[in-house]
Amino acid sequence: MFQDIPDRQPPATEVGVIGWVCKNLLCPWYNAVLTIVSCWTIWSAVAPFWEWAVTNASISLDPEIAKQHSGAAWGFIRDMWPVFMTGVYPAEERWRPLIALCIVVLLVSLSVVGSFRRSRWLKVLWFVSPVVVFALVYGGGITGLPVVGTHYWGGLMLTIMLSIVAMLAAFPISVLLALGRTSDMPIAKPFCVAYIELIRGVPLITILFMASVVLPLFLPSGMELDKVLRALVGITMFFSAYLAENIRGGLQGISKGQYEAADALGMSYWKKTIVVILPQALRIVIPPMVNNFIGILKDTSLVGIVGLVDLLQIAFATTSNPKWFGRLEEAYVFIAFWYWILCYALSSYSQYLERKMPSASK
Amino acid sequence: MSERLAPQNKVPFWRSPQGRAWMFQLCMLGGFLWLAVSMYRNTLVNLKTRGISSGFGFLGNEAGFRIGEVTGIPLPQGGLLWFLLSLVAGLAISQLISRHLKSKSERPMSSKWLSVCLLLCIGLPMLTLYIFRDSVEIVHYTESSSYFMALLTGLGNTLKVTVIGCVASTILGLLVALGRLSPNWLLSNICRWYVELNRNLPVLLQLFFWYFIVLQQLPNVRKSIDLGGWLILNKRGLYLPSLVPQQGAWLFCAAVVVGFAAVWIIHRRARRILDETGIPVKILFPSLAVLIGLPALAWLVGGQPFTLDFPVLKGFNFKGGTGLTPEFTALVVGLTVYVSAFNAEIIRSGIEAVSKGQREAARALAMNERQVMRIVILPQAMRIIVPPMTSEYLAIAKNSSLAVAIGYPEFVSVGGTILNQSGQAVEIVGVWMGVYLCISLLISFGMNIYNSKVALVER
Repeated sequence: MFQDIPDRQPPATEVGVIGWVCKNLLCPWYNAVLTIVSCWTIWSAVAPFWEWAVTNASISLDPEIAKQHSGAAWGFIRDMWPVFMTGVYPAEERWRPLIALCIVVLLVSLSVVGSFRRSRWLKVLWFVSPVVVFALVYGGGITGLPVVGTHYWGGLMLTIMLSIVAMLAAFPISVLLALGRTSDMPIAKPFCVAYIELIRGVPLITILFMASVVLPLFLPSGMELDKVLRALVGITMFFSAYLAENIRGGLQGISKGQYEAADALGMSYWKKTIVVILPQALRIVIPPMVNNFIGILKDTSLVGIVGLVDLLQIAFATTSNPKWFGRLEEAYVFIAFWYWILCYALSSYSQYLERKMPSASK
Repeated sequence: MSERLAPQNKVPFWRSPQGRAWMFQLCMLGGFLWLAVSMYRNTLVNLKTRGISSGFGFLGNEAGFRIGEVTGIPLPQGGLLWFLLSLVAGLAISQLISRHLKSKSERPMSSKWLSVCLLLCIGLPMLTLYIFRDSVEIVHYTESSSYFMALLTGLGNTLKVTVIGCVASTILGLLVALGRLSPNWLLSNICRWYVELNRNLPVLLQLFFWYFIVLQQLPNVRKSIDLGGWLILNKRGLYLPSLVPQQGAWLFCAAVVVGFAAVWIIHRRARRILDETGIPVKILFPSLAVLIGLPALAWLVGGQPFTLDFPVLKGFNFKGGTGLTPEFTALVVGLTVYVSAFNAEIIRSGIEAVSKGQREAARALAMNERQVMRIVILPQAMRIIVPPMTSEYLAIAKNSSLAVAIGYPEFVSVGGTILNQSGQAVEIVGVWMGVYLCISLLISFGMNIYNSKVALVER
């Protein structure tokens, strides 16, 4: 006679909150020790920070009141945040970078949303937008707005502009370099190899110094390059080499059959490359390219060394203001917050892409 | 088939793919040459108008600026030729050995021969240096030294930071990676956020944080944190006692080296016996005895090998001992913390990439956890770990140039000072690039040798 015996339940120490805590935090004994040490670490790191940032902090705009508190003076950030965003850009013209930012944010969010990604209009917009943004921020010309020279640019605006323009400019160069390196052309190949290896072997600072000190010597006398443009040339040179190596990886990841099939259809080299090879190769390397972009974003902080006032250097500029003298901690926390948010968002996006694209993991 | 292809249908050379490629390349070469020539002429004109003479002659001029942290540079003088000859001889003999071994068998060089070659390459020059001891002079940079010496001092500081940073970031990265792999939820999350926090912040910001915030919070010289003289920490830097070698130091060092060699031989013998007979030999106590006994004997015979020189407060600052400047401390700590996050991710992903079946198979063979890790997982993970680690080491060498922002006198920062003083921009940037290329090549060369040892040997 069949009699249904109900399944025995696992013991209470294996399931639910108790089970989870026991398994992940307490058992065996050394795990409990690790948990205690971890708790102590968290406490010793977070408690002073909490005390400084929240308990003893002040948010008053008046520096005299802020001085009475031992903690952070967030009034400094409240007071100075437009400077952090745009540097010494004239206050009455700040609406222009704001609109430019809106355009960029709109474009990026449109590109991230899946259904718009394939539309042709988006590509056109991507090509047009740098011109529009530049016209808007720089002014002059047909826009009729007063000109704001590049030495007024700074802060987060400069950081983001430098990294986006460097990425856009480095992309075509790096595609050409990667194609040259994978080709078997006896003159072009060594050129590309030498360029990539030379640039990858030296620090970004030396390239920036080269762009800011040596590049003016190379130009015909009387021709002056803008300071921001010089830094941009340096960053673009540097990152095109790194990006080229990523793209080369993508080119090598495409099976030989694709090349042969394109040849069999009688395609010319450029047609083969543009129609068959590059779309596949670039799709594989989107995640590493996003990582590269994170690298650009972080490394633009070095332009301060050649005299630009980017997001990081703004900290020194604002804290030497007598009103808020020496509030470096608050400035660094604010800047770190921005860098962290931007980079973390990008890296999460690249991980999302990697998960979504099965071809990338092959 | 060939008859059908009439000669008039033959594609002319300039329309064939090869012809086009050649034409394209010739155009490129022409363009490049034109660019180079025009740049060269522009530079000459520009230098003339600015009144700067070109060439490396300025390197001999007196520098005249102070460098905050000076490492002594061994400068070979009379016996330099013999030194170089012995270096070449060592390299040549190693090359001969490796070629001979390669022709005999297809297998890569065994570690025994590798160590012999290394010993030759390092030992022969060292021996020459020892024989021509007087020809080596430890030079300390002073304000009246030449620009060349200043650059050399900067290079010494760069190398110091690079070596310490590589070792420290590997160890820290390993610890964080192990923490992330631990089953303890809290610990693995702490390590995860450590990585996320450090990876997503620019390294320059982190250097500024350590230098301007953490080190400025330290007490001043009078109130410095003092651990019984062993470790003194204040705003001016970190002070540690230094070792001063005494009479018996040579004997003691030799005993330590011999001890390690003996342990290695014991280990190999035990391994061989295990392989041949299957009998495990207990080696822990004999090797410990050798490792402790020999130096102890040397201590007894030769007297105290080292004395400690403690830092003492004299006047306004500490004298004696080893002082680490705040710039150096900030740079090393910042670089180590930043790179250790990347290293941790590399090590973790390497260990996780070893397939689960390998672990299960090893457990099925009744290996314990330590054996599984040491014999099965780590050798396979190493293959994945070593190439990206190489680029992290290169990153440390290159990122050490950020010291220019916090004023630590390393290669770029010293070069920048010289650039400002003499205006020799082209030469200085050229020297920078050449030296960094050499450092990068050396690191990747060394790591490639190691990589070929751990790489998968496929049939």
